[in-house]
Amino acid sequence: MDVNDIIKPENMVYSKTPVLTSTTMHYCPGCSHGTVHKLIAEVIDEMGIQEKTIGVSPVGCAVFAYNYVDIDWQQAAHGRAPAVATATKRLHPEKYVFTYQGDGDLASIGTAEIMHACNRGENIVVIFINNAIYGMTGGQMAPTTLLGMKTATTPYGRTKELHGSPLRITELLAQLEGTCYVTRQSVHNAASARKTKRAIRKAFENSALGKGTSFVEVVSTCNSGWKLSPVKANEWMVENMFPKYPVGDIKDL
Amino acid sequence: MALKGAIVVDREKCKGCGVCLVNCPTNTIALAKEVNSKGYNFAFMASPESCTGCTNCATVCPDTCITVYRVKV
Ligand SMILES: Cc1ncc(C[n+]2csc(CCOP(=O)(O)OP(=O)(O)O)c2C)c(N)n1
Ligand code: SF4
Ligand code: SF4
Ligand code: SF4
Ligand SMILES: [Mg+2]
Repeated sequence: MDVNDIIKPENMVYSKTPVLTSTTMHYCPGCSHGTVHKLIAEVIDEMGIQEKTIGVSPVGCAVFAYNYVDIDWQQAAHGRAPAVATATKRLHPEKYVFTYQGDGDLASIGTAEIMHACNRGENIVVIFINNAIYGMTGGQMAPTTLLGMKTATTPYGRTKELHGSPLRITELLAQLEGTCYVTRQSVHNAASARKTKRAIRKAFENSALGKGTSFVEVVSTCNSGWKLSPVKANEWMVENMFPKYPVGDIKDL
Repeated sequence: MALKGAIVVDREKCKGCGVCLVNCPTNTIALAKEVNSKGYNFAFMASPESCTGCTNCATVCPDTCITVYRVKV
């Protein structure tokens, strides 16, 4: 069969959702941020909530998320997205409100905001991109950086003695009464990306039901910061990140 | 009944990351020797006869450059 007989509108089974703008993303080739943006856009499209969704973008590589997902956005100061989302959701209870945050943003400078938003059980969704590094600023150590991992600020590798252990903030947040759904996923292959999409959908559905805070960590890559090719970074993630950050649901009420 | 697929890659948007290639169960995709205007070796359907239209490549593409078509034959 000739490809031209297959490539016809009636045979199309996958195309870019219109909720994703056609702007080329500024991310490095192979960066997980792009994949997660796409999954969020697809969920918003499939739930038919484009006009009802407000995102809060972080400080970090994803600061420009508002250029790529065609919904209403706010942009928060570093780490403060959960506080901005709290106000937004309380003022607009009929909207779907989510934050999109990196590990530096959420687990370092923004620790207080995420803890208290989750403890209050705000009806928001949190998408947490854990790439174990400060990607945007040139690859410094993050709270989630693995022991032994070399970064710009741990040139000999992170040590427990000097820097403390990698922070599993997702497990901590699962212990708070305000969280209803806490899960850890990844997007390194098609099966995992589809699972992550289902998790994001469930999180959005929870917020409409008023169940509390839904938290979706995505174990991610920063191939530039890790100084690996995109494909090697995914392999490195599976080998090294998954033992410390195992994927799966941590809490599902 | 078999499934026959085909993909169309937006060459200009593709960043040549290779993530689609390793996620294709049928080794349909390769990176071109030529580059696009940004200097990336873009992905293309190197073995069109083997594509099943499974959508794995499009699902993992961080830049959403791939459109997938499928027919039952
Ligand atoms: C108040 C404040 N402190 C520090 C910075 C510098 N800064 C920008 S991004 C960033 C860390 C980003 O890391 P992460 O949240 O993990 O996002 P990534 O880029 O890895 O996705 C820092 C420290 C800033 N912009 N504002
Ligand atoms: S620096 Fe890292 S997190 Fe930022 S766009 Fe590049 S790969 Fe992605
Ligand atoms: S995954 Fe997307 S950006 Fe990467 S090589 Fe394939 S088509 Fe290009
Ligand atoms: S649709 Fe499936 S078989 Fe076809 S190129 Fe993509 S991953 Fe390979
Ligand atoms: Mg980070």
